[in-house]
Amino acid sequence: MNEEGEVDDSLHPGLSEDKIKELYHLMMLAREFDEKLFKMQRSGKIGTYASLKGQEACEIGSGYALEEHDWVVPSFREMGVFITRGADRVKLVQGWMGDTRAFQGDENTRDLPIAIPIASQALHAAGIAWASKIKGEKSCAITYFGDGATSEGDFHEALNFAGVFKLPIVFFCQNNQWAISTPRKVQTASETIAQKAISYGIKGVQIDGNDVLAVYKATKEALERARNGEGPTLIEAITFRLGDHTTSDDASKYRSEEEVSPWVQKDPIQRVVKHFQKIGTWSDEYGAKVKGEVEKEVEEAVEKAMQIPPPGPEDVFKYIFKTLPKDLEEEQKELLEEVNEKKSLQDKGDAV
Amino acid sequence: MVAAINQALKQEMSKDKSVVLLGEDVGVDGGVFRVTDGLIKEFGAERVIDTPLAEAGIVGASIGMAVNGLKPVPEIQFDGFTYQAFHHIKQHMARFSQRSSGTFHLPMVLRAPCGGGVRALEHHSESPEAFFVHSQGIKVVMPSGPYDAKGLLLSAIRDPDPVIFLEPKKCYRSFKEEVPEEEYTIPLGEANIKREGKDVTIVTWGAMTRVCLEAAEKLKEENVDVEIIDLRTIWPLDTEKVIESVKKTGRAVIVHEATRAGGMGGEIAARIQEKCLYNIEAPILRVTGFDVPYPQFALEDYFMPDVFRVVKYVRRVMSN
Repeated sequence: MNEEGEVDDSLHPGLSEDKIKELYHLMMLAREFDEKLFKMQRSGKIGTYASLKGQEACEIGSGYALEEHDWVVPSFREMGVFITRGADRVKLVQGWMGDTRAFQGDENTRDLPIAIPIASQALHAAGIAWASKIKGEKSCAITYFGDGATSEGDFHEALNFAGVFKLPIVFFCQNNQWAISTPRKVQTASETIAQKAISYGIKGVQIDGNDVLAVYKATKEALERARNGEGPTLIEAITFRLGDHTTSDDASKYRSEEEVSPWVQKDPIQRVVKHFQKIGTWSDEYGAKVKGEVEKEVEEAVEKAMQIPPPGPEDVFKYIFKTLPKDLEEEQKELLEEVNEKKSLQDKGDAV
Repeated sequence: MVAAINQALKQEMSKDKSVVLLGEDVGVDGGVFRVTDGLIKEFGAERVIDTPLAEAGIVGASIGMAVNGLKPVPEIQFDGFTYQAFHHIKQHMARFSQRSSGTFHLPMVLRAPCGGGVRALEHHSESPEAFFVHSQGIKVVMPSGPYDAKGLLLSAIRDPDPVIFLEPKKCYRSFKEEVPEEEYTIPLGEANIKREGKDVTIVTWGAMTRVCLEAAEKLKEENVDVEIIDLRTIWPLDTEKVIESVKKTGRAVIVHEATRAGGMGGEIAARIQEKCLYNIEAPILRVTGFDVPYPQFALEDYFMPDVFRVVKYVRRVMSN
């Protein structure tokens, strides 16, 4: 789908228009969550937040191509993937409140918690894919990272391991042009990131990351290859981070309005709207309906998340080891006593 | 000890299909110390994996394997190269369970030879246990001989939490012990009273245990009756057993090969004075490596705590 929303039929991934509407709905939902979380950080309701604005096509398109039993190994900017995977909407908010219960799941959980250390998760994904292969399962792993991550050793080690052992894995690089303030050209002298795949003997593809259909198609094909034992793929999806790196950052310090504004024109969501307009399935009522639905969904999730009691002091020790060692039990006891003591002082109106 | 570890791995791999080994030269070559010798023949290259030369890759991939239902036992070829994987140990191995509120426990055992005294090259003689203890969320184990090595390793592989299993290379082949053919486990987190005595407690672990045993024999001639506690598991620490012993003897010396500042000796000394200050009759002393990077082997004998130094320090606490 080009920037005007015109689809090249010879490359069409075969998704029905209803499915494309579903993709549009998911992208709108991700955008709504993103904008809401940004505001919540500004009003002190959540911690530091990493915006995905402008990268919705990458995340929804790739997430949509996954099977339920596939593994998602994210960095920290992939809320759109989780949304597409049907993640609990309340937990999406809770996860930004410093509460790890948001990442708690059952034995069928295939979505890993976010990983902050850049590129490290790529190796975990390789190990997950490796285990699937050893166990003879058909599950693949997909791991996400940015252009900055491709400078890290872990990225290279992961591609190398995956290549040598032909692991069922997809490396999805959201090349959003900026690693905080460092532009893509400072990360590597390579003309593309995709070409790095060649040196590991694996397949590399570069796609328009703002074209949700292209992202879907490339991911789907990469997963098929992985599932058929044909090994890993590195996908470089060209996109642009419309927002700051995180809420702790001010991107206007290192990039100009002239650089950002063309990408605003290339907004991946607007492209899908143009497509609907081209084929005559768009109406303002439809647009308003979707907008209303996603607003409601986000409002409800936020409301519920705000009502969750914060984790208690016993949670500090709860999940470190399966069985708490004696000395840690003692530390836990001390903390609980301290908390109670502080509480009784407060109840009496005394200073803590 | 090499044979004991090999046997433990073999027995557990026969029993539990989810156990896989991976590392540099662990397959065809059987490991540079031959610890994994013959296992590739028995279990195949899919479960005894020769990996590319990348320590972070080995540990990072093992974490993923553990997330996805296997029990990986990665080997890092030498202690000094665990640092190449340190970010995976500290940032992920130690934290996956916490980060996922208990969803992803990591049943994995990272094995690495440790310690000096074998005339090895630079970076091949380190004692990094305190780094791993300070990572938290990881159990740190160091056997002092073949019998313990087998029992502790079987426990470590069966443990639901991540374990770092440090094997003193000085103990690999320098002495023999009777090791039962059948499986047995030694619980993690429990120290071992290696020698009973009433005058002074030595707390030690790994290769230093034998040095202390020898020192104790020498001190016996001077009518000093030494109790030796081999920690076996460095984290979680068996504080109780240490305190019990020090309460009995009233004196404590901690002996470890790792350097002094920031080492586990300081932690143990602090716990002793916190819990039984009024039972101790002399300052708690530490016999450790000096606070210098582990020297290259022409100088290592000066660095390594030996019987002479242990005896000297015990005499010192006894004179108070």
